[in-house]
Amino acid sequence: MRPFDYVEMRVPAKSQYVGVARLTISGLASRIGFSFDDIEDLKIASSEAVTNAVQHAYSEGEEGEVVIGCALYEDKIEIMVADHGQSFDFEETKAKVGPYHDQEEGAFLREGGLGLYLIETLMDEVKVHHQEGVTVFMTKHVEGERVEEDVETISS
Amino acid sequence: MNIQVNLTENDNKLKGDIHGEIDAHTAPVLREKLEAYQAKEGLNAELDLSGVDYMDSTGLGVFVAFYKSINAKGGHLKLTGLSSRLKRLFDITGLGDIMDIEAAVGKGGN
Repeated sequence: MRPFDYVEMRVPAKSQYVGVARLTISGLASRIGFSFDDIEDLKIASSEAVTNAVQHAYSEGEEGEVVIGCALYEDKIEIMVADHGQSFDFEETKAKVGPYHDQEEGAFLREGGLGLYLIETLMDEVKVHHQEGVTVFMTKHVEGERVEEDVETISS
Repeated sequence: MNIQVNLTENDNKLKGDIHGEIDAHTAPVLREKLEAYQAKEGLNAELDLSGVDYMDSTGLGVFVAFYKSINAKGGHLKLTGLSSRLKRLFDITGLGDIMDIEAAVGKGGN
């Protein structure tokens, strides 16, 4: 059995779905027990990645889709955002992404440089894979104060 | 679409309040409303963000563009009522040092 639950979303590359992706990830993160502040960080980081994918699709004049894959571990969440619309093999893509290099990926977020900066600041680990589109892979660990979870267990 | 922007101008003073979420989808609405005032000389603008529940770099981009435009015309932009989350966003991007921002009173603007 793999050590994580995997949830994948596929949304049209349109800005109105950025909020949908953000709220879904917020819901997933609260299940693992992230603090409220960490969930807010995850909302911003995932919005930035999805926004970038949406804007990339627009600039290419494509009517694409954005694929958002979330791997939920006991103590961390891994989020992958791909702008090329094809469903990916999470483990395979994860193995291919490398560390982010300023020079190589300089064009990645031309206008949205602030967005990538925020992703790097708010997440624990960020990798970018640039081949057949851009894939952003980011990780955040659960730490500190947790949101109340497993209320049934506590009250019983 | 989950944003509400109310702006009123009187005697070159722009007062406004913004409610809802500022992201890639709603930022263009805000940008368009603010652009109507950005060419004014010496505009004194104050925007209350206490009703903003969510904002990311797209929102920052709109405020930075507006700040630059009215600054270039000798005006001033002040953002008020920032939640601790919003204040943090300005601070970690370094914009908090450049722009005139004020945290919400009694809302733990740590």
